[in-house]
Amino acid sequence: MSEVMKPSQRQDDDSAQAGETLLQIRGLEKHFPLSGDFLEQLRFEGGKLKRRQEFVHAINGVDIDVKRGESLCVVGESGCGKSTVARMVMGLLSPSAGEIRYDGQRIDHLSPGQLLPYRRRMQMIFQNPYASLNPRMSIQQTLEEPLRFHHPDWNRERILEKIAEVMASVGIDPEWGKRFGHEFSGGQRQRIAIARALVVEPEFIVADEPISALDVSIQAQVLNLLMDAQEAHHLTYLFITHDLAVVEHFGTRVVVMYLGRVCEIAETRSLFDRPRHPYTQALLSAIPRLEDDGPDHIKLSGEVPTPVNLPSGCVFHGRCPHANERCRREIPRLIEAQGSQVACHGVEEGRI
Amino acid sequence: MALLEVSNLDVRFALRQGEVKALRGVSFTLDRGERLGIVGESGAGKSVAAFTILNLIAKPGYIAGGSIRFDGRELTTMKPRQLQQVRGNQVSMIFQDPMMTLNPVLTIGEQMVECLKAHRRIRSRDAREIALNKLRQVYIPSPERRLDQYPHELSGGMRQRIIIAIALLLDPDVIVADEPTTALDVTIQAEIMELLLELCEKHNVALILITHDLGVVSQVTQRTLVMYAGRVIEQGPTREIINDAQHPYTQGLINALPQMATPGQRLNQIPGSMPSLANTPPGCAFHPRCSFSVDANGERRRDCREVIPTFVRSGNCDVACHMVRELVESRPAGDAEQREAP
Amino acid sequence: MTTASTSSPAPSRWARFRSSYLLYSFKRDWIAQVCFIIFVLLVAAAILAPWLSPMNPYDLAQIDILASELPPFWIDGSDPQYLLGTDAQGRDLLSTILYGARVSLIIGFGAVIMQALLGVTFGLLAGYLGGRVDAFLMRMADIQLSFSTLMVAIIVGAVIKASFGGAVYSEYAVFILVLIIGLAEWPQYARTVRASVLAERSKEYVDAARVMGFRAKRIMFRHILPNTLSPIFVISTVQIANAIISEAALSFLGLGMPETQPSLGSLIKSGFDYLQSGSWWITLIPGAVLVVLVLVINLLGDWLRDVMNPRLYKG
Repeated sequence: MSEVMKPSQRQDDDSAQAGETLLQIRGLEKHFPLSGDFLEQLRFEGGKLKRRQEFVHAINGVDIDVKRGESLCVVGESGCGKSTVARMVMGLLSPSAGEIRYDGQRIDHLSPGQLLPYRRRMQMIFQNPYASLNPRMSIQQTLEEPLRFHHPDWNRERILEKIAEVMASVGIDPEWGKRFGHEFSGGQRQRIAIARALVVEPEFIVADEPISALDVSIQAQVLNLLMDAQEAHHLTYLFITHDLAVVEHFGTRVVVMYLGRVCEIAETRSLFDRPRHPYTQALLSAIPRLEDDGPDHIKLSGEVPTPVNLPSGCVFHGRCPHANERCRREIPRLIEAQGSQVACHGVEEGRI
Repeated sequence: MALLEVSNLDVRFALRQGEVKALRGVSFTLDRGERLGIVGESGAGKSVAAFTILNLIAKPGYIAGGSIRFDGRELTTMKPRQLQQVRGNQVSMIFQDPMMTLNPVLTIGEQMVECLKAHRRIRSRDAREIALNKLRQVYIPSPERRLDQYPHELSGGMRQRIIIAIALLLDPDVIVADEPTTALDVTIQAEIMELLLELCEKHNVALILITHDLGVVSQVTQRTLVMYAGRVIEQGPTREIINDAQHPYTQGLINALPQMATPGQRLNQIPGSMPSLANTPPGCAFHPRCSFSVDANGERRRDCREVIPTFVRSGNCDVACHMVRELVESRPAGDAEQREAP
Repeated sequence: MTTASTSSPAPSRWARFRSSYLLYSFKRDWIAQVCFIIFVLLVAAAILAPWLSPMNPYDLAQIDILASELPPFWIDGSDPQYLLGTDAQGRDLLSTILYGARVSLIIGFGAVIMQALLGVTFGLLAGYLGGRVDAFLMRMADIQLSFSTLMVAIIVGAVIKASFGGAVYSEYAVFILVLIIGLAEWPQYARTVRASVLAERSKEYVDAARVMGFRAKRIMFRHILPNTLSPIFVISTVQIANAIISEAALSFLGLGMPETQPSLGSLIKSGFDYLQSGSWWITLIPGAVLVVLVLVINLLGDWLRDVMNPRLYKG
């Protein structure tokens, strides 16, 4: 009975709270130590024993708001820190600095026990469907365990009922329950992984490159499934991807990241129609399109710098065609520019 | 005469579950300087095709039938020594992961010089000069310094450039590139593809580009081969295939791309997944996923279920599909004796 | 890659086993088959020793001192009652070997269970928790490994003998040996398990379990441990063989089983003095049984290692 009631109740909540911030990330930083343990950090310099530590600066001050009901896509190239952000939001990594608030409550410093109520509300879907299912557990066990853990008061019938419902909603044959992950193809495994996330009825899902390990025809199936699930359960997505075509189709808003910083946040439509940040422009022009006969993209000079020694000023200045003295010196902050937020001195000064 | 002529190639893998037919009756030709794309999803057999062209197929795989004629010579029956010569001098290969080709304990220069000396009688100093020249051709900044660096000191994009330079070392007639940019970021991918295109055009090198990315194929190649479950199902000029695909699978593949749907709406997915090569359906391997194989009564057409389709010419494309054959054959006659609108 | 077709029902456990790579390679490897048969026969004979053996070597009433040092049946002067001859005290050699093999196997398996309990727990903790726990446990393991089994045995044995007397030691010799060999060799397990835990921990299914909010204990034992069973299984075969050899060595040096409760090692030792006087069988036949037992276990272990090599059978 309660299952029937829920959607309508949620709908009411949803319309009341639409546009309200569900997840708030402020000043987030993450540094990974590069130089091993204490003894390995000791250096003998100038007749003195010194301790020297090196860090990979994976995330360097990131502010993101995720609004209830939207699909916020985070794009960027490998090493830009998009997956690190996702893992910190889910508590798999702890931030070096900054805060993460979920529904108004700070969650980044909570103990595993305190975090437990949030685990049901926030779930994650992983990139590699071949590694994200426990090879020694059957599909039934994989789906049952979270329910038994989070609902110790439920009886067996209720658990089985719920599992059957979720399996049907993601298109899993109930026959599959007794089988193991390795018996399925990548797309089927990703369905099972999505079912595992949905089984605890979350309201917020972090999807870390959920389709990049899949074939083209399967990508479409999984993307459709994610969109259906969003509609049916009023989900909010934080969607991490490097595929701009997927972003254009799937995202409500887009965050573009480069080297651990946010370059641009905008509504999907306006980002693709009118990219402001020079990096976004280069990224968009590099998508191989079916229509063009020849490539006609903005050439970026140089390579992505290493996150060990971050460039001064704007992290993109070394490859940016519009960089000037100020870009090399001063770190740009996110500024409002016609509905979107851009971190670029050039845009601020009206040069670009 | 075509540079490469593959006809009726059968490749099998002897596994403990039994024989797996990885390639079945694959035929295609490649002219000098032509750029051919081989497209398919994982398990379609496109990588096996690439390896077989160089006769690099390793146990438990073997060539069960057919022929590969390269520059007038038969490769399937060639002795390993001669094959070695062909591989280095006339055909070179670029893999997805540059580290598969680069030896991590040798410097870039050592590897390039060694490669040259293995195939040509040449002095080390001259070999180094050639290597330097090739590095310049792929626009590697400060090439002199790179020669003395180890692969791990370079970024992914730079490594793939080095691989292209190595592939060009012996001035081959064909470059076989197996997913050369899949491991790279979009901006780097665009640069590498552009470089590959430019070099092939400049030196009149033929290119076989194996990829799952229709966007890349559409920008680089002139002709495209679409593979499904070990068979070629459609081939023809790239533009024509992209703009007006005939085979239901190719159509489905293109329509499934996010850019083909209205943002926010459902994508046009193909139901089901690629069958495993050990267990391909009879008849047309695509028929269980094909919406056109259902007739007016809602049942699967018998020919799709039972008969393996042969190629039929439609426009400039060759398509292996019963539906397309019916449409083509009914077209010139004009009378509607068998016309069933799909 | 195999893709499950939706129509066929899920295979049962037995069907899974029948189509497994384990059985397939076993059917193809005659060495493994022969070793397995010999191993099963030896274990069965040892377990059934009280029913199989012609006499009970522990029962002093059955021992005939006059029938000492009789040769085995194929040598002149043998007594058909004693198939493999008798030892210096007149005990039937076949019976003592069967009972001895039993003691050796009990100590071998017991010590390995002890090692596995300690090693797997510490290895899991070290690998999963990392940091200081990891550093501490692994240094402990290093220290433990720097003592030889022999040294541990001499010290523990001496302490027990000194504090409780030789009689108590003889009575509990089996347990003491299990303890000694178990303590001396747990780092082997700990290191193997830690290495595979580190590999498993970075996989996404562990992240998925953490995201579900499962506690560390549950993730370690329910999710990670079952996936490290293959290496544990492989190392166990080698460790059983090692434990049997360690026990034999200790017994040979007089630090192990007393002569009243002989193991294969103490049989070899007790016959060693008569080797010069021509009664070679008292020491060589138990010696041969020991060699065959250890060899068979090691060969089975090699085969298992090859089969369970994850690169060969995991997708």
